[in-house]
Amino acid sequence: MRNLLAVWAGKATLGLSRRLGHGGSSLPGMVALRIQPALLLELARGLRRGTIIITGTNGKTTTARFLSTILEDAGLRLVHNRSGANLVAGLTSSFLEASRGGVVDADIALMEVDEATVPEAVRELRPLGLVVTNFFRDQLDRFGELDTTVSFIGRGLDAMQGHGFVALNADDPLVAYLGRGRGGHVVYYGVEDPASGSKVMTQTREQCQCLVCGRPLTYEVFYYGHLGRYGCPTGDFRRPAPGFRAGAVALGGSGGTAFTLSSPDRPDTQVRLPVPGLYNVYNGLAALTAALELGIPVERAAASLRRATASFGRMERIAMEGRSVLLALVKNPTGYNQVLRTILESGLPAGSPGRRLLMALNDKYADGTDVSWIWDVDFEVLAEPGAQVAGVVASGERAHDLAVRLKYAGVRRDQIQCVPDLGEALDLALGSTPAGETLFITPTYTAMLELRGIISRRGFAPQFWETGGEAAQP
Amino acid sequence: MRLRVCHLYPDLMNLYGDRGNVITLTRRCLWRGIDLEVVPVGLGERVDFTRFDLLFMGGGQDKEQRLICDDFRQVKGTALAEAVEDGAAFLAICGAYQLLGRYYETGSGERLSGIGVLDVETRAGKKRMIGNVVVTSALDVGRTRTLVGFENHSGRTHLGPRVNALGNVCLGYGNNGEDGWEGAVYRNVVATYLHGSILPKNPWLADWLIAQALGRRYGEGTPLAPLDDTLERAAHDAAITHAESLARQDRTPRGRAVPGATRRVRT
Ligand SMILES: [Zn+2]
Repeated sequence: MRNLLAVWAGKATLGLSRRLGHGGSSLPGMVALRIQPALLLELARGLRRGTIIITGTNGKTTTARFLSTILEDAGLRLVHNRSGANLVAGLTSSFLEASRGGVVDADIALMEVDEATVPEAVRELRPLGLVVTNFFRDQLDRFGELDTTVSFIGRGLDAMQGHGFVALNADDPLVAYLGRGRGGHVVYYGVEDPASGSKVMTQTREQCQCLVCGRPLTYEVFYYGHLGRYGCPTGDFRRPAPGFRAGAVALGGSGGTAFTLSSPDRPDTQVRLPVPGLYNVYNGLAALTAALELGIPVERAAASLRRATASFGRMERIAMEGRSVLLALVKNPTGYNQVLRTILESGLPAGSPGRRLLMALNDKYADGTDVSWIWDVDFEVLAEPGAQVAGVVASGERAHDLAVRLKYAGVRRDQIQCVPDLGEALDLALGSTPAGETLFITPTYTAMLELRGIISRRGFAPQFWETGGEAAQP
Repeated sequence: MRLRVCHLYPDLMNLYGDRGNVITLTRRCLWRGIDLEVVPVGLGERVDFTRFDLLFMGGGQDKEQRLICDDFRQVKGTALAEAVEDGAAFLAICGAYQLLGRYYETGSGERLSGIGVLDVETRAGKKRMIGNVVVTSALDVGRTRTLVGFENHSGRTHLGPRVNALGNVCLGYGNNGEDGWEGAVYRNVVATYLHGSILPKNPWLADWLIAQALGRRYGEGTPLAPLDDTLERAAHDAAITHAESLARQDRTPRGRAVPGATRRVRT
């Protein structure tokens, strides 16, 4: 009875907040949890198979989307927290949406969960499986330090008490360390293709120390960030041999990516992804690992990924006033560097005066309240001779911090405009973009929501819950 | 003119955009035609600190602090302390600040000894002190300056009788959230919890450090050409306004002492 009442109240709140124009809210969950604190556990019990939790710094959303495509193709009904509202109240909201008469009508719940919420989410949801993507420096102020973030997941794994599978990224030492000496069913995935890596670390250095003894790890190959083939010189920690491997990786530019998947007791399978970038190979590999652990045949899983449309690429394109607007969410240095690289690799029409960018930096809780991370982004690439950047508008609550960062990156002073108000910044940036060309927008999370609100009020973009929340996540 | 910067442990001590400080020093020298060479120095390397005009070290987590503590004891500590006594300009952020002091006691009660060149002691507290900070400082002789940045530390540092404070907290926690002081100054060492990075938004401090280094290499009073700091000053002011407005919404502690107060002791 209490469950029904809680579900009813939650659903009523959901309908109301939709009508008021708020998407992806955790409010319905909060209302329902107030009435029935154990609601999430109760609703999760109704799942025919169980829950898969996906966590890590980057790639949660893309991995979840890849996995949901595979599972839906296999005829499974899913609950999926698409709107990126991923604290417990948000998770509850997603279950409320999928419930009929107080019962969840679904096989599997696919939940993207913030690192700090993992222990609680594991206790509440008792998952079938947990997938960890990577740990990059992100919103350190929220969790204290990177080690603290890693320890959250460690506690989450402890809470699984040996039930379900744990899929870990072997190439990320911080993630792989979690599986060290751990019982239960732990599987690793990783890239085995030295040709697509490099011998030296080219991007901002993340933590590269051994988690056992603290000495700097040595690398045979770097793939990106601190992901690669590593080992501690003292021999106390090394990269575990992954059971799920991506080999012969072919990065085909914006056309997509291909690799060969090797996995235990299955034939090697050719996988094609419609999205670019090595980081998406990891996302695809993580999704395939989970799908195969769930018993989906490898050929079917690979076929589903091939047909996944490019709409879940990390960049969202919107046609606006004769220009093309590309929105790409940024949230940490590694992701930002990937986005900058993709922007600078994009073609430029002949005779164009150069690329136009709008960068928006907020410092609300969901963005990370400490903006010092922008000093770890390699904005210097924008000032390189071949970059062909005509102008950058810095915007958001911390627009001035961004403007100073660009100046010290070597971007010419007369190419930087500082306009904190997002609406004004958008007008200015669009106005200076020649018709037929592209405006690249790189906002942090809340700036992204705000910008999409502005764009949609002008009749150009769908509300964010309709397209599935974090549309552009590296 | 030419200056040499020793960047201590850039691989291990690089939290919170610490490299922004080095970028700022480099650019501000470059714009003035001063050639600034940055030399990274890691664990186990012996260093002749007399070859350098400016030292920089950033923050790290407990695990890295432990390695630095060992390296100070076995390899660099004595030479580093001598360099400081000799008047080397040194910017130390967060973890570096703690290890220049007498000791840092971690949350688990382990005591990591520092080189003790700063008369300060640090113990980890339960609650992390996180948020925007605004400080007034009398470091730049004859002027009251403001510093704005972000802090994130569990260590509570208390100043002994042989150091000055860098400044007086207007907004935020500072050294320990209790006595209203932020940072420590001894000879030409500036140690602080502020990151953000600190130098880009507080260009006067970057120039103070460069001036000390130039003075030591080329004689006191070597002129420092002025730069157009419109953007930096706007960022400084905007950050203070933003911190003030956030403080009205949350429970950011406010300093009790009068802006401009100094803690001056005989050194
Ligand atoms: Zn080791």
